[in-house]
Amino acid sequence: MNCIIIDDEAAARAIVAQLCSQTPDLHAVEEFESAIEAIKFLNQNSIDLVFLDIHMPGFTGIDFIQTLGNPPKIVMTTSDTDFAIASYEYEAIVDYLVKPITPERFAKCVQKVKNSMATKSQAMDSSDTENSVGEDLYINIDRRLIKLKYREILLIEAKGDYINIKTEAKDYLVHTTLKKIHSKLPDEMFLQIHRSYIINFNKIIDIEDNSVLIEKNVIPISRSNRPELMRRLNLL
Amino acid sequence: MKESPNLKYIDQLAGGDNEFREKFIGILKEEFPLESEEYQKNMEGRLFKVASENVHKIKHKINVLGLHNTYTLAVRHENELRNGEDTLHGEFMGILQDIQSYLKTI
Repeated sequence: MNCIIIDDEAAARAIVAQLCSQTPDLHAVEEFESAIEAIKFLNQNSIDLVFLDIHMPGFTGIDFIQTLGNPPKIVMTTSDTDFAIASYEYEAIVDYLVKPITPERFAKCVQKVKNSMATKSQAMDSSDTENSVGEDLYINIDRRLIKLKYREILLIEAKGDYINIKTEAKDYLVHTTLKKIHSKLPDEMFLQIHRSYIINFNKIIDIEDNSVLIEKNVIPISRSNRPELMRRLNLL
Repeated sequence: MKESPNLKYIDQLAGGDNEFREKFIGILKEEFPLESEEYQKNMEGRLFKVASENVHKIKHKINVLGLHNTYTLAVRHENELRNGEDTLHGEFMGILQDIQSYLKTI
């Protein structure tokens, strides 16, 4: 599980980073002093969890959640229990931690996040079995809605204000963002490996150094996305 | 009995990781004087709401240093400043000085 830490206090960030380092399967990939910097990062990187301070000057943790259309799981960190009630108004918030955070409480929180992710995944599996709508995606091209099956998609590349969806048969240029399409794709099949690329995990031919080969396409792997890719490989 | 600052929480968190311990103490030594100075400046300018933000940050460090009763006072001070009252300023300044002195010893 990849996470980022957002807190205007260096001491608070250091504490959460230390707790993450002591937790198996939890990698703190970046720390941010301001929520605005973190939003820029999240627009280009796929993250499972955010540790978010509520009380920050200018742009608060709540502003951050309201700005993100499809936020990852969020754990609020706060010095004031008063904020806890407000935090539960948002679906993305899984837990809140009162500072100073103890290792025991942190471990419980991580377990809660894992349980929440497992529940979501089970719900998605169940929905896929019951309804074949979960197998495809409609894209809007020249006022036509074209159906694409997830399994036909090789990769998706960001191109300015557009994305290029490469399938086995042809390419489709769609006016949308990589982040938006990522939110529509099943996590178990698709993975963002670079700020400009999402790949169909099942289409990988091989991986060499910092690139992935899919058909004849060589796709770069960014440093921050590499750990998640490696984690998902069934390595011998 | 007067509370004394301590590193029990940091040591528990470090769990023998000296690199983290040293790094964290370094952050405290760097951030605390700056936050204290900013607080004093805002109090001198009677910018109580801004000063309450400074107290908010400082109170986390107070808690980290094991000063739990002092933390309660800091919470009260922060709330009072938000309401434009500065009755606890003198006492809070004494706390800041105690912590500054302690930080010089570690």
